[in-house]
Amino acid sequence: MAEIKTILEVEDLCVSYGKVEALHHASIKVGEGQIVTVIGPNGAGKTTMLCSIMGLLPHTSGAIRFLGQKLGDAEVEQMVSLGINLVPESRALFGEMSVGDNLLLGAFMRHLAGHRDHEQIMEEVFQIFPRLKERREQHAGTLSGGERQMLALARALMAKPKVLLLDEPSLGLAPLIVREIFRVIADLKKSGVSILLVEQNARAALQVADYAYVLETGEIALEGASDQLIDDPKVVESYLGLGGKR
Amino acid sequence: MDLQIALLLGQDGMTNGAIYALLSLALVLVFAVTRVIFIPQGEFVAFGALTLASFQAGKTPGTLWLLIGAGVVVALVDVTQALRSGMPRRILRIVGWNLVYPAAAAAVVFLLKPGDFPLLAQIVLALALVVPLGPMIYRLAFQPLAEASVLVLLIVAVAVHLALVGLGLLFFGAEGSRTPAFSDASFNLGLVTVSGQTLWVVGASLLLIVVLFAFFERTIYGKALRATAMNRTGARLMGISTVMAGRLSFLLAALIGAFSGILIAPITTVYYDTGFLIGLKGFVGAIVGGLASYPIAAAGAILVGLLESFSSFWASAFKEVIVFTLIIPVLVWRSLTTRHVEEDE
Repeated sequence: MAEIKTILEVEDLCVSYGKVEALHHASIKVGEGQIVTVIGPNGAGKTTMLCSIMGLLPHTSGAIRFLGQKLGDAEVEQMVSLGINLVPESRALFGEMSVGDNLLLGAFMRHLAGHRDHEQIMEEVFQIFPRLKERREQHAGTLSGGERQMLALARALMAKPKVLLLDEPSLGLAPLIVREIFRVIADLKKSGVSILLVEQNARAALQVADYAYVLETGEIALEGASDQLIDDPKVVESYLGLGGKR
Repeated sequence: MDLQIALLLGQDGMTNGAIYALLSLALVLVFAVTRVIFIPQGEFVAFGALTLASFQAGKTPGTLWLLIGAGVVVALVDVTQALRSGMPRRILRIVGWNLVYPAAAAAVVFLLKPGDFPLLAQIVLALALVVPLGPMIYRLAFQPLAEASVLVLLIVAVAVHLALVGLGLLFFGAEGSRTPAFSDASFNLGLVTVSGQTLWVVGASLLLIVVLFAFFERTIYGKALRATAMNRTGARLMGISTVMAGRLSFLLAALIGAFSGILIAPITTVYYDTGFLIGLKGFVGAIVGGLASYPIAAAGAILVGLLESFSSFWASAFKEVIVFTLIIPVLVWRSLTTRHVEEDE
């Protein structure tokens, strides 16, 4: 991936909760327009990594670079203004607000920056998720699990992100909806968004990604192009099960 | 008691209730957004009323000095922080709001003799002096503790309240003040005479409630405040900073407080420490609304106003006791009817 410009780089990142180290010298790179996935078991530190990149959690050492520029102790708001958006595992929707208002607030940073094209972006987002248009006036709290995940993704898209950090987008969803979410992720890549995807659903993640890292107990255990990793015997054994590549 | 007295008491209760309703809305707002139980809410009532009274007496209100002093401290803290985090572009804005603005206010007070202004201009100037204190107090007292527990924030709120009451005594003295009524008109409605000031209070409160409602429902900043109250992390991920939301909610709380003070100044004599009791009655209303529901809080506050006015007729020595005892059945009722929902953060 040498010829692709790196948009987001994480170098030697260490994060601790008190004395417990959750992330140990992890380094990853996301190329512009690529989908990069981090797979690994529960508790490996995947969510910690995303939260730390986003500035929700402080890191003890290491560096995070955006387009080559080192971000110091960047606050979440600063990351959003750079065009980096996180869709957290909890979705973090505004349950007592309408779907439309949730989407509008997705464009809050753009509004602060003086943009007034929310309606147009919202129409584009509705093209991707027509179901949300039908539900526009409904409270976000009344949506089904799949619709919530769609809304969380759609809300992040309202910010016109350059880099999208996705934390377990398939968690707790029915297989049909998982397929739809991954189809959207693949489409987003075509529209030029770089994506860092954290997943337990290793097979789906590897199928959609260009490059992959395997995170185990806070350390990068393995990395490589995803079409190679999907055939790697260790990955097959630990994460893909006996079925192997299908 | 005959009907005429009942109507009089009702009118009185509605007038006070309207003020309590405004304050209860401010308390719910501040708590929902910042988790601060804003005990100093009442001080803004007293400061608003007494600043207006100072203008009318031809004196320089002490709140001007507080504005200048707080502005200098905030500017020092914020400029240091801006330099340390390598964002010197912020300095212009910090200096503008915290040094230039208070200086401009001082220039108006000293050069233009606000004692001769028409009432409306005096009111605007009084608001201009008192309202910016809200975000400044947030910056100095609460922003550094944004992640602290509700209890810690409450204790800080009590400390801020005590400090402001002390400053109020220093600025305005122990004497109470009353300002002239907005209008001397009164209307005969059969049995009762409704004073013009009552209509002003109720009308202005209703107007402010409508404006606040429109702000929360229709504007992106209002929605951002509600979003912060619902899910702080979610809001931050949209770029809605907790600090911005906190300052905005304190600005609104200070505006509501000072505005309420200006409304009641012609009805009751306001002392430097009057605000506390008024704020507490707004708090009883806010408790009725569970510190979460705006309409129930407002309704509860009006109930407090009516209860207060009728109990002052039947048992005037116990009127405060009766009003504050209302909290107990309300808490029992709330704890029996509401299910506790774990916050997912």
